[in-house]
Amino acid sequence: MLEIIDVSRRYGEYLALRDVNLRVHAGEFFTLLGPSGCGKTTLLRSIAGFDHPDSGDILLDGKSLLHLPPEKRPVHTVFQSYALFPHMTVADNIAFPLRMAKLDKTEIARRVEEVLEDVRLPDKARHYPQALSGGQRQRIAIARALVNRPRLLLLDEPLSALDAKLREQMQIELINLQKDIGITFVYVTHDQGEALALSHRIAVMNQGEISQIDEPAQLYNCPGNRFVADFIGQCNILDGTVIESHSDRVDVELDGLGRISLSAHIPANLHSGERCALTLRPEKIRLAKQLEANDAELHFRGQVHDTLYMGDVTIYIVELGEGVKVEALLANSAPGRARLFDPGDTVEIAWHADAGHLVR
Amino acid sequence: MARPRKTLLLASALVYLFLYIPLAVVVVFSFNDSRLNAEWVGFTWKWYDQLFSNPQMLQAARNSLIIALAAALLSGVLGCLAGIALHRFRQKWLSALVLGPVAMPDILIGVSLLLTFMLFNIGLGSISIILAHVSFCIGFVALAVQARMSGMDDSLLEAARDLGASPWQSFRLITLPLLLPGVIAGMMMAFTLSIDDFVVTFFTAGVGSATLPLEIYSMVKIAVTPEVNAVSTLLMLLTLVLITVLSRFSPQSLRS
Ligand SMILES: Nc1ncnc2c1ncn2[C@@H]1O[C@H](COP(=O)(O)OP(=O)(O)OP(=O)(O)O)[C@@H](O)[C@H]1O
Ligand SMILES: [Mg+2]
Repeated sequence: MLEIIDVSRRYGEYLALRDVNLRVHAGEFFTLLGPSGCGKTTLLRSIAGFDHPDSGDILLDGKSLLHLPPEKRPVHTVFQSYALFPHMTVADNIAFPLRMAKLDKTEIARRVEEVLEDVRLPDKARHYPQALSGGQRQRIAIARALVNRPRLLLLDEPLSALDAKLREQMQIELINLQKDIGITFVYVTHDQGEALALSHRIAVMNQGEISQIDEPAQLYNCPGNRFVADFIGQCNILDGTVIESHSDRVDVELDGLGRISLSAHIPANLHSGERCALTLRPEKIRLAKQLEANDAELHFRGQVHDTLYMGDVTIYIVELGEGVKVEALLANSAPGRARLFDPGDTVEIAWHADAGHLVR
Repeated sequence: MARPRKTLLLASALVYLFLYIPLAVVVVFSFNDSRLNAEWVGFTWKWYDQLFSNPQMLQAARNSLIIALAAALLSGVLGCLAGIALHRFRQKWLSALVLGPVAMPDILIGVSLLLTFMLFNIGLGSISIILAHVSFCIGFVALAVQARMSGMDDSLLEAARDLGASPWQSFRLITLPLLLPGVIAGMMMAFTLSIDDFVVTFFTAGVGSATLPLEIYSMVKIAVTPEVNAVSTLLMLLTLVLITVLSRFSPQSLRS
């Protein structure tokens, strides 16, 4: 329903958006994820009509939005600062888009009441925004943006001003709200955890470009490149050189670790001699004092270099020789102890031959 | 602890005495039943009665009020626009420039306005006084409005547009109501400045357009009569009321 086609945006010398292409489906919870300054807000503002691409097109239901001013686009935004009008009550704030659309009074009153129920704040209609808590303001901002039933709802880091507990609660509410009303969401965040938890699909952006668009699990397990692997979750990135590529496996010489054979998740057209990297999630690595040999696994011996106690798990940084370090983690299920191994201990680690994902 | 506190109290008491004794003298003698401002004889309303039956004085009061109201309204509208423009352009030197006429010596403004009016053939009278007052009042409104604007979240206007308001609707429904306290504070300041002004008015007034301060001055040239005391007392009262209302307004006008 929303198509971004070859959109570029330049600020002076700086390219904030570079040939961005993406397609959002109707009813989807779509997230733009990327580090600060990668152009997420610029893209969102172009969709809303507050910024204009230098080239490319933005289509909604097949029709270009570019020549329309913001008030004529069937797209509403939830601003990071909430942007509630301080001189209007909650009810008047929510009624604002309905009044602009010239709905009649009784219909406005009915819709305001209804949406206040949806965000579970029916008793706050007569309050002013200043008298609400952060989470309540957030909900009112969402209610105001939803009340006129836009085709598309844009949300720019709407939860970033909330504390961690409230954020988690609001995430659950957002998911449910989106599911109930079925409006397409385009959500911006730099928090990869939030993106994974909320979205149907995620576009990872880096320096104005789209790095990868995929479903959360696919993005996490099969990152398309080093940037995505590194940006989403914890990840070991082991550099190496392709020795030989077969149809079902690839032989790789990992720097400092020697030759290994990997199955699954192999990018297309790998050439012998090409540099590549194995991306490997810490939780995919087994770690113990001694591990029984297993043909399906790759086996290494190393020394614990550092440990990081995280409460639920402890992260072990294991040196496998010649400066190659790997992060592995163990759940702290046994009571009492903060870690099972100390720095200097010799340990064995292993991972399944198809556990990692090879990227260029 | 106690000693510095007492010293402070004493010091501020002295400052207030210094500020208000001259005013108190005027007030007291305006009720004195004697033509001489020398000793207390007895209480009377007589001078106020005389004041209100003096046609020249009433005419001057009417002039003053009309001019102050007009100056406040005009500088309210123009200053509001100027304040928005100042906020948009974000140039320090522009803000400084708008306050120029306020910082300039009154006599200089008076003379230069007189010259300008003569140059452009604008007859001296109420109109010329209003224009003159507006010229030094705009700055106050503009600065008050600019302060409100910079305290205002820019995304409010974007939100209004986003939710379907045209540029004009978002100005009328969002910008204007949020600026109003600043505009009102600026207009009351303008009213106070206008009604008190002597020097600039002196240069730009014509026949029949004398304001209260000018009228008082012409009476005082002969002698400080109790009538002058009475009219001064009234003027003082009006100013005090305005200042009190203003002080209610301005802290809020600076808050975002
Ligand atoms: N009006 C502007 N003028 C010049 N440069 C701009 C302007 N707006 C954005 N930029 C630049 O464009 C780049 C992308 O900005 P954008 O606000 O889209 O980033 P973002 O991904 O939303 O980052 P954040 O997570 O910090 O909000 C930044 O480097 C920013 O400095
Ligand atoms: Mg941003």
